Amino acid sequence: MSSVLTIKDLTEEEFTLPGNAACPGCAAALSLRIALKVLGPKTIMIVPASCISVIQGYYPKTPCRVPVLNVAFASTAAAGSGAVAALELKGKSGVKVLCWAGDGGTADIGLQALSGAAERNENMIYVCYDNEAYMNTGTQRSGATPRAAFTTTTVTGKLERKKSVPEIMIAHRIPYVATACAAFPLDFASKLKRAESMPVRGLKYIHLLSPCPPGWRFPAEKTVEVGKLAVMTGMWILYEWYDGGYNLTGPSKALLEKSRRRPLKDYLSIQGRFGHLKEEDLESLQRDVDEHWEEFSKKLGIRA
Amino acid sequence: MTGNHAVAYGVRDASAEVVAAYPITPQTQIVEKLAEFVEKGEMRGRYIRVESEHSAMAACIAAEACGARSFTATSSHGLLYMSEMIFWAGLGSFPVTMAVVTRTLAPPWSIWNEHTDILSQRDAGWVIMMCESAQEAYDTAIQAFRIAEDERLVQPVMYGLDAFSVSHTAEEVDLLEKKDVEGYLPPLEPSRLRVYMDPENPGTFGNLVGPDRMMEIRHSIKEAFDRARVVIKDAVRDYEKISGRRQVGLIEEYRCSDAEVVMITTGASSGDAKDAADYLRDEGVRAGLVRLRVIRPLPREEISDAVKGAKVVAVVDRDYSFGYGGILAGELEGYIGKKMCRFVAGLGGRDLTPEDFKGIAMKALEMGEKGDVSKEIWWGLKG
Ligand SMILES: Cc1ncc(C[n+]2csc(CCOP(=O)(O)OP(=O)(O)O)c2C)c(N)n1
Ligand code: SF4
Ligand SMILES: [Mg+2]
Repeated sequence: MSSVLTIKDLTEEEFTLPGNAACPGCAAALSLRIALKVLGPKTIMIVPASCISVIQGYYPKTPCRVPVLNVAFASTAAAGSGAVAALELKGKSGVKVLCWAGDGGTADIGLQALSGAAERNENMIYVCYDNEAYMNTGTQRSGATPRAAFTTTTVTGKLERKKSVPEIMIAHRIPYVATACAAFPLDFASKLKRAESMPVRGLKYIHLLSPCPPGWRFPAEKTVEVGKLAVMTGMWILYEWYDGGYNLTGPSKALLEKSRRRPLKDYLSIQGRFGHLKEEDLESLQRDVDEHWEEFSKKLGIRA
Repeated sequence: MTGNHAVAYGVRDASAEVVAAYPITPQTQIVEKLAEFVEKGEMRGRYIRVESEHSAMAACIAAEACGARSFTATSSHGLLYMSEMIFWAGLGSFPVTMAVVTRTLAPPWSIWNEHTDILSQRDAGWVIMMCESAQEAYDTAIQAFRIAEDERLVQPVMYGLDAFSVSHTAEEVDLLEKKDVEGYLPPLEPSRLRVYMDPENPGTFGNLVGPDRMMEIRHSIKEAFDRARVVIKDAVRDYEKISGRRQVGLIEEYRCSDAEVVMITTGASSGDAKDAADYLRDEGVRAGLVRLRVIRPLPREEISDAVKGAKVVAVVDRDYSFGYGGILAGELEGYIGKKMCRFVAGLGGRDLTPEDFKGIAMKALEMGEKGDVSKEIWWGLKG
C-alpha cells in the first residue's frame, strides 16, 4: 500500500496564493499548500478558530482557491459531517471535505465533535496540524503540548505528557490514521493521497506535526531542520494505521533500533521552549522517547 | 397528534434534507419521529446522530452552506449548549430552522415549561416565533423554512413550543398535501444563499473582518430584519391559501378592539388567557388579548396599535431576567403608549389557568385605576 509520491506527482498549480498572513517559516501554511495540491480544487475546507483563521488574511480577500468555511473553535468535525451529508444528498460525492484544525481545536475543545464524527465514520479527511500549543492566542499549553515545554501557561514547563490523538482515533477503528511531519512533505502528501483514494468510506485522520518558529522559539529558517530532528530523534514517529495494523513510514522506518536515533538533546536544544531544561530533565525526556519506541515496536507487524 | 409529532410531520412535509439532532426532554419525540421517517424512507433527507447540540447546529450550518435545507430541535440546556453556533447561524445568515420546546433552565433540575431559554437567544440574528397549538406547530414548521429561505431575508428561524402543553398534548392536526407544500416552498436554490460552498466558484466564508467593515455586515442583517415583517406576512398569507385555514401573522388580536384591559402573552397559555377574556366579558369586564406569535422581529407597532383603545395593558412574562424583569415587558415598555402592568407568572411550569388570567386582568385594571403600575407582580407566589 505504501506508494510514495515524488515531487513530480505534485501539481504546479497553487491553491493557496502568496500573500497569506502566516509568520515566516510557518509549517502549517507550508503543509496546507501541499495538502491542496494533493486534494485539488474539488475540495471544501472547514477550519475552526486557530492560526489558520489568521493565515487567511482579511475579508474580503483570501489566499484560498477552494471554498473555505470558517466555523467555531469546537465544531470542525461536526461541521464537516453536515457538509458531507449535504454533498452526498445533492449527489456531489466527488467533492471532498477537508477539515483542517489545530491541536487545540482537535485534542482539546474539538475532541468531542471529532470523536462523534469518527464514531459515525463520516466520509471526510481530517488533518490536525499540531504546533503543540494554542498559538493563535499566544502560545498557551494544549493537551498536545509535550512534557517540559514552556508555554505562557506553563512557564516552568508542562508537567503532563502529550495526549496522543492518533491513538484515540485508532481506538475508533476508522479506516485510516497516520502521523506526519511538515518537514517531510512527500510523506505527508503520500498519506493524504492514500486517505483520499481509499475505496472505503469513512473518516481518515492525519496528525501533522507543524513546527512553529515563534511558539517553539527557534529562527524562522530552521523550520525544516527542527521538523526533521523531531523525527530523527524519534520524538515524533511517522506511521500509518489501517486494517488493524501499524507500519512505520519515511525515516522512522530505520529508527526502531535505538542507536540509529539521534540524541533527543539535538532536537530540544535548538528550541527556546526547552531552553530551561537541566541535564536530568533531558535524560528523563530521552527515557520517555525510548520507552515510547519500545511500547510502539510491540504494535508493529500485527495487521489483520 | 402531539405538538412534537406535528413539528416532525411539518419538517417531513417541507422536505428537509439534513436533520442533525440530539435528544433532550421534552423535545426528543420530534427527532425520534424524524429518525423514523428517514429510516423508513418517508423522507429523503439525511439524519446525523450528532454527539451534542453544539455539533447539531454546526452540522446544520455546514449543510446549509452546501445547499441543503436543514433542521434541528432542542430545548433548554441543549439550546444553551448550542448557543455559540446559534449565533454563528444568525450572524452568518444560514437559513436553518429549529424547533425549541421551551423548558426551565436548571439548577435545580426541571423539565417543565418556561420561556427564558428561547428568549436568551433573542440577540442571535434569528427570527423567533412561538406556537400556541399542535396545529400551529405543524404550520410553523413549514412556514419557518419559507420565511428563512425567502431571498429578502435569508436568516434562520426558531419557533417555540411550550413544554408539555404543546409538545406532549395531542390534538387533531390537519396535514397538507405534498404538492401544495411543494408549490408553497420551492427547493432551496443555492443562488439564494448568502454562503454557498461551490468548488466551481470558490469563496472564503467567515475569515477575519476588521473594524472597517464589520458594521456594514451587521447592518445588512439589520436591513434583512427590516424586511422580515413583510416576509412573514407574505408567508402566512400564502399559507392560508394552500391550507384553507386562517393563520395568525405577527400577533393575534383577541377581542382587543373595545377592550379596557388587554393581556399580552405568548405561547400555549394564551388559550387560557382567551378563555379568561371570555369569562370576564360574561361578567361585564371588557378584556382582550394580544398573543405574540413572533418575537423577533418584535412587532411593536402592531402591538401598540392593537392596544390603543385599552385603559391598561398586562404583560404576562413566563420568563425572567434578573435585575431587569420580565423580558417581554421590558422590551415593550415605552412602546405601548399605555399604562403597562408587569406580571411574572408560570415559571418552572407552574400551572396557569383561566382563573389566573382573570385575576391578572382584574389586578391590572385595579392598578390602572389607582394610577400606579410600577410594581412588578410575581403572580401566585407562595408566602
Ligand atoms: C470557544 C472558544 N474559546 C476560545 C477561543 C479562543 N481561541 C481562538 S484560537 C485559539 C487557540 C487555537 O489553538 P490551536 O487549535 O492549537 O490552533 P493554533 O492557533 O495553534 O494554530 C483559542 C484558544 C475561541 N475562538 N473560541
Ligand atoms: S504562530 Fe506558528 S503556526 Fe501560527 S502562523 Fe505563526 S508560525 Fe504558523
Ligand atoms: Mg496549536
